[in-house]
Amino acid sequence: MDFQIAMLLGQDGITNGAIYALLALALVLVFAVTRVIFIPQGEFVSYGALTLVMIQAGAIPATVWLLLGAGLLAAALDVRLALRAGQPGRLVRLLGWYVAYPLALVALLYTLPVKDFPMAAQILFALAVVVPMGPLMYRLIYQPIAAAPVLVLLIVSVAVHVAMVGLGLLFFGAEGSRTPPFSEARFEMGPVMVSGQTIWVVVSSLVLIVALYQFFERTLYGKALRATAINRVGARLMGISPALAGRLTFFLAALIGALSGVLIAPITTIYYDTGFLIGLKGFVAAIVGGLASYPMAAAGALLVGLLEAFSSFWASAHKEVIVFTLIIPVLLWRSLRGRHVEEEE
Amino acid sequence: MNANIHGSNLILKTVLEVRDLTVSYGKVEALSNANIKVGEGQIVTVIGPNGAGKTTMLSAIMGLLESRGKVDFDGTIEGVPVVERMVARGMNLVPEKRELFGEMTVEDNLVLGAFQRHRSGHRDHAQTMEEVYQLFPRLKERRSQLAGTLSGGERQMLAVGRALMAKPKLLMLDEPSLGLAPLIVREIFRIISELRRRGVSILLVEQNARAALQVADYAYVLETGEIAMEGPARQLADDPRVIEAYLGLGGKHQEMLST
Ligand SMILES: Nc1ncnc2c1ncn2[C@@H]1O[C@H](COP(=O)(O)OP(=O)(O)O)[C@@H](O)[C@H]1O
Ligand SMILES: [Mg+2]
Repeated sequence: MDFQIAMLLGQDGITNGAIYALLALALVLVFAVTRVIFIPQGEFVSYGALTLVMIQAGAIPATVWLLLGAGLLAAALDVRLALRAGQPGRLVRLLGWYVAYPLALVALLYTLPVKDFPMAAQILFALAVVVPMGPLMYRLIYQPIAAAPVLVLLIVSVAVHVAMVGLGLLFFGAEGSRTPPFSEARFEMGPVMVSGQTIWVVVSSLVLIVALYQFFERTLYGKALRATAINRVGARLMGISPALAGRLTFFLAALIGALSGVLIAPITTIYYDTGFLIGLKGFVAAIVGGLASYPMAAAGALLVGLLEAFSSFWASAHKEVIVFTLIIPVLLWRSLRGRHVEEEE
Repeated sequence: MNANIHGSNLILKTVLEVRDLTVSYGKVEALSNANIKVGEGQIVTVIGPNGAGKTTMLSAIMGLLESRGKVDFDGTIEGVPVVERMVARGMNLVPEKRELFGEMTVEDNLVLGAFQRHRSGHRDHAQTMEEVYQLFPRLKERRSQLAGTLSGGERQMLAVGRALMAKPKLLMLDEPSLGLAPLIVREIFRIISELRRRGVSILLVEQNARAALQVADYAYVLETGEIAMEGPARQLADDPRVIEAYLGLGGKHQEMLST
């Protein structure tokens, strides 16, 4: 291997590592706040990317029907509760978000020539369809079992993952797709060429990570999420309901997932089930951080990205094996150091 | 609801009225048909030995535990209290375990105390924080320190300060003196009386019966899950049964420290 190839692989590794870092952060966040090991994180990557593909092809993205369906279901549940509690103001807000919002999206997608819009607008539409599925998923699936043991939540996560992959096949078909890059620019950095998309991925990831950091450090809602992660009872006593924290967390996780999908769609061919493997690598990175430490998870993500890139050069048939084998020494090291994530009573 | 509560000469509004509150852990009943009342601006104390069910009672009133019975708070009856709703309506609990956010700063802990107020549109937490700092200058000194690194007394001050950030109508304190050095206990009780002066109604649970009876207006004695005695605090403090069980030998020392 010469220097040039090494630089190329390094570039690949950092690009993928940036995406894994984002997903690892989302996984750590979801686990810390809700104790859910969020296997379906990767599905948001596929859904985000492939929804954008459908929009660019001039089709109505099938995911918007899923959003509408889930919204109607959530409305049926919550409206009943709001009526029983006698809160008509809440009723209007609920119907607005759960029903009117997806219907408005459908109407816009039917009437506007979204196919010919600039890519930034198309991306916004894709996010507008996919991201609200996060909080809806929390409301419909995890909120009713919020107090269940971690293992039950994990099993449910596996089920949700399988269901979402199945729906993905139904929505997007078995064909893989790519989207055009955000920019065709190429930069020469010394002896290597860096593609514009690589820069987009790395810079966007950094911006998103800094934005998340600011959110958690500076805003009241960010602090509320941290508080819930640190002490659930204490947070409830401040009036921070686990349901609110859960919805907000799943919103962020869905946003991170869908955005990651949009970012890498020009680099990697995305199939309906690609997200799972990408999410799983984010998961390896999160495990490196013990599902608790954000900086460690980010470092782990970079490690996973680089390991993957270089092993694809030396032993491309085994690159996944090599990456996932990383988990074993990490787990050994973690359990020997004796830090456990305690199961709550 | 303007009942003449607790035989006081003043007509007081009832802030909290708990009726037939029963809590079970599995088959074991830890609290049986408890009835208590707290009038506006009063300090009402519940004393009793370890394991009597005091913490259980506060947790059930707050909605942290499931219960049977009625909790009438500020004129609205809750069949099943829900924590977040109770907080929104102006009830706050400083729990026995404090439940601070250890890896966050003192100031962030306080800011979060005003979370529910902020959500319902009151954006005055900076001013409330100044008031809390006035009450606990120590917290101001430590504002950027992590809550987990505070001493026992400071942690307790932070727990009370955090609850005050919500500007509660009713503040429930679960053994605020637990595990604290005598001087700090005295400081805490001084602050409890100061809070009453500022119009906060307080439900105080204590094992330190002498200090609690001294500061309170009205008192209940809880024994093995049942209210065994009740009366104006001063009267209970002179009751021979209370003196024997809770204020007896060794009590003198406590008294000196708590005055
Ligand atoms: N989580 C629990 N599960 C089962 N029993 C409990 C639990 N918490 C408290 N108890 C029991 O309920 C009784 C009352 O406890 P508690 O309310 O903590 O008393 P106090 O606060 O007066 O010391 C005790 O007998 C205690 O052992
Ligand atoms: Mg107790």
